[in-house]
Amino acid sequence: MKLTGADIVVQCLQEEGVDTVFGYPGGAVLHIYDALFKQDRVRHVLVRHEQGAIHAAEGYSQATGKVGVGLVTSGPGATNAVTGLATAHMDSVPMVVITGQVPTAQIGNDAFQEADTVGITRPCTKHNFLVKDVSELAETIKKAFHIAASGRPGPVVVDVPKDVSAAECEFSYPSEVHLRSYNPTIKGHTGQIKKAVELMRGAERPMVYTGGGVVLGDAAEELTQLVRKLNFPVTNTLMGLGGYPGDDPQFVGMLGMHGTYEANMAITHCDVLVAIGARFDDRVTGKIERFAPHAKIIHVDIDPASISKNVEVDVPIVGHVQSVLEEMNQLADKLGAGEPARLEPWWAQIEEWRSRDCLRYDRDSGLIKPQFVLEKLYEVTEGNAIITSDVGQHQMWAAQFYHFKRPRQWLNSGGLGTMGYGLPAALGAQMAYPDAAVACVTGEGSIQMNIQELSTAKQYRLPVKVVNLNNGYLGMVRQWQELFYESRYAESYVDALPDFVALAESYGHVGLRTDKPGDVEGLLREAMTTDRLVFMDFVTDPEENVYPMVPAGAGLDEMVLV
Amino acid sequence: MRRVISVMLENEAGALSRVAGLFSARGYNIEGLSVAPTDEEDVSRMTIVTWGDDQIIEQIIKQLRKLIEVIRVTDLTEGAHIEREMVLLKVQAESGEQRAEVKRIADIYRSRIIDVTDTSYTLEVTGDGQKVQSLLELFDASQVVEVVRTGSTAIGRGSRGM
Repeated sequence: MKLTGADIVVQCLQEEGVDTVFGYPGGAVLHIYDALFKQDRVRHVLVRHEQGAIHAAEGYSQATGKVGVGLVTSGPGATNAVTGLATAHMDSVPMVVITGQVPTAQIGNDAFQEADTVGITRPCTKHNFLVKDVSELAETIKKAFHIAASGRPGPVVVDVPKDVSAAECEFSYPSEVHLRSYNPTIKGHTGQIKKAVELMRGAERPMVYTGGGVVLGDAAEELTQLVRKLNFPVTNTLMGLGGYPGDDPQFVGMLGMHGTYEANMAITHCDVLVAIGARFDDRVTGKIERFAPHAKIIHVDIDPASISKNVEVDVPIVGHVQSVLEEMNQLADKLGAGEPARLEPWWAQIEEWRSRDCLRYDRDSGLIKPQFVLEKLYEVTEGNAIITSDVGQHQMWAAQFYHFKRPRQWLNSGGLGTMGYGLPAALGAQMAYPDAAVACVTGEGSIQMNIQELSTAKQYRLPVKVVNLNNGYLGMVRQWQELFYESRYAESYVDALPDFVALAESYGHVGLRTDKPGDVEGLLREAMTTDRLVFMDFVTDPEENVYPMVPAGAGLDEMVLV
Repeated sequence: MRRVISVMLENEAGALSRVAGLFSARGYNIEGLSVAPTDEEDVSRMTIVTWGDDQIIEQIIKQLRKLIEVIRVTDLTEGAHIEREMVLLKVQAESGEQRAEVKRIADIYRSRIIDVTDTSYTLEVTGDGQKVQSLLELFDASQVVEVVRTGSTAIGRGSRGM
């Protein structure tokens, strides 16, 4: 059967099982929009800005594990998508983004709404394609989905010129794709796995440190089994939260710049460190020389380039974390978990560190403490909500105070640190799970970076709960200025804020505000039982800081505590 | 340490800029880069001359392998290999003495004179970097009209292919 390129795009999406596409129309993608209009299997969500479309697709993907799909036009449509692509690239989110392009004959002629999309997106995607002939379209889209979802996942751009979407060709969707130059390793090296398990069985001060790879690789169950079997303490990175139950006694909290005292101290003093699906990011390690200085390091990752990039490791294992953890579990069952009593002094030490209660804050303040709002959010939602966040202090508090029970419950921009991610990501997650409680934890700075998406939420009746921790400052910037720039608050005070309640109402939502600690719980309960988007504006202590804090360039054990 | 890395990659639009972009984005050094199709028309082979400590070189190789279009990466400096570079050199040769001297140098370096005018000679010389460099140093800057270098290309010694 002969189809137009536009119909082929839509057919391919159907073949890939895509049910939702986030996008924004424009000249170069009109054929594709027309093809979408004529069918009802793929639902299109109209955002208000292309950056919102990509973040929404990311949120959708991070919440479901499916490939997120975006559709934007050429030129400004594609350039607006770039921040979203870079965000997804840094956090390894599987995405396929289809961009319109000017007709092939006009490429390179500075045509209206022309941008070199493959050139611009090359460094911020896993891969990208410009389709120059309609006969290559179906196979290219198949490759795009395969590349996005396999190996270390990431965003893939398919740039489709307008004449290609108009041209006709015989359509058949390839059932599989073979790329001779791309074959990610799945199974870990058996010898290395054995070596790792031997090291773990003998460890006296072990520590497990896991990242986003465990979430992306659907390996939370295997991880939990192994960690419980071995009775090891475990910490998660910001992207890895939910990979191990946050309310479990073996969990010592997040590590890194704003990690817990117990997690950072345990890393510093451990003798065997098991890093799984994590990449030794600078916000995690602090000063490299002081990171786990006494430890033999085992590193499991699907991306060989992540191994020994920042920290030299002793037992590298390249493979899919799920497959490797499964083998480790089998081996630990066979060989035994090691002498249990050997870990007693280590656990006693960890409990002592834990008793420092490093996340304590002033509970008698007359002002709303942001930490308190998050504690209450956790209570009111019984720890079950899907939480998205923007970037800054509120993000760290959400990571510290909301104890994520399961993977894909915590969605945030960890690598790129993109303010404006939270609201559209929440919309994406809510589209995927219409009945779930979805809350976006944000601040008055971040929320304004994509606040136009309140309009999208209205159109699709998405009952997201926005938790705005409004302290009047770009809080993390203010914190650094207070600590490292002698309190010179250059441009971190945000004057002329909107009336967020009125703003939410003008978009057709519910707006609530309070500055009284006593009202916090009631307000949250009211919001959570309202089947509409509720924008909660919490006026919080403007001077609260995130602690513990490892100053930039310091070692993890050189934390500043409250 | 200086390294010569051979990269086989799909001969597709944009593949070269992916490699070049990788080097600039990650701040890797690049001394030379040459690329051309191989006997398989859809495969190109690239020779990259770079330098860095072992950790950097390991990262360069891993990052190259990570590019979707890259089929194979080999660090030729790990084993015995042969490097060659071609230079086209246009020099002034006006007086009889000058012309004779250029001709002599060309002979010594087993290079060929591929173009002649009544005021200049153009030489083609092939060799490893050291040979080429030493030839270039024989000419005074004021005598050199133009220099074109291909950059190194290299192949492993022995009967096995890459």
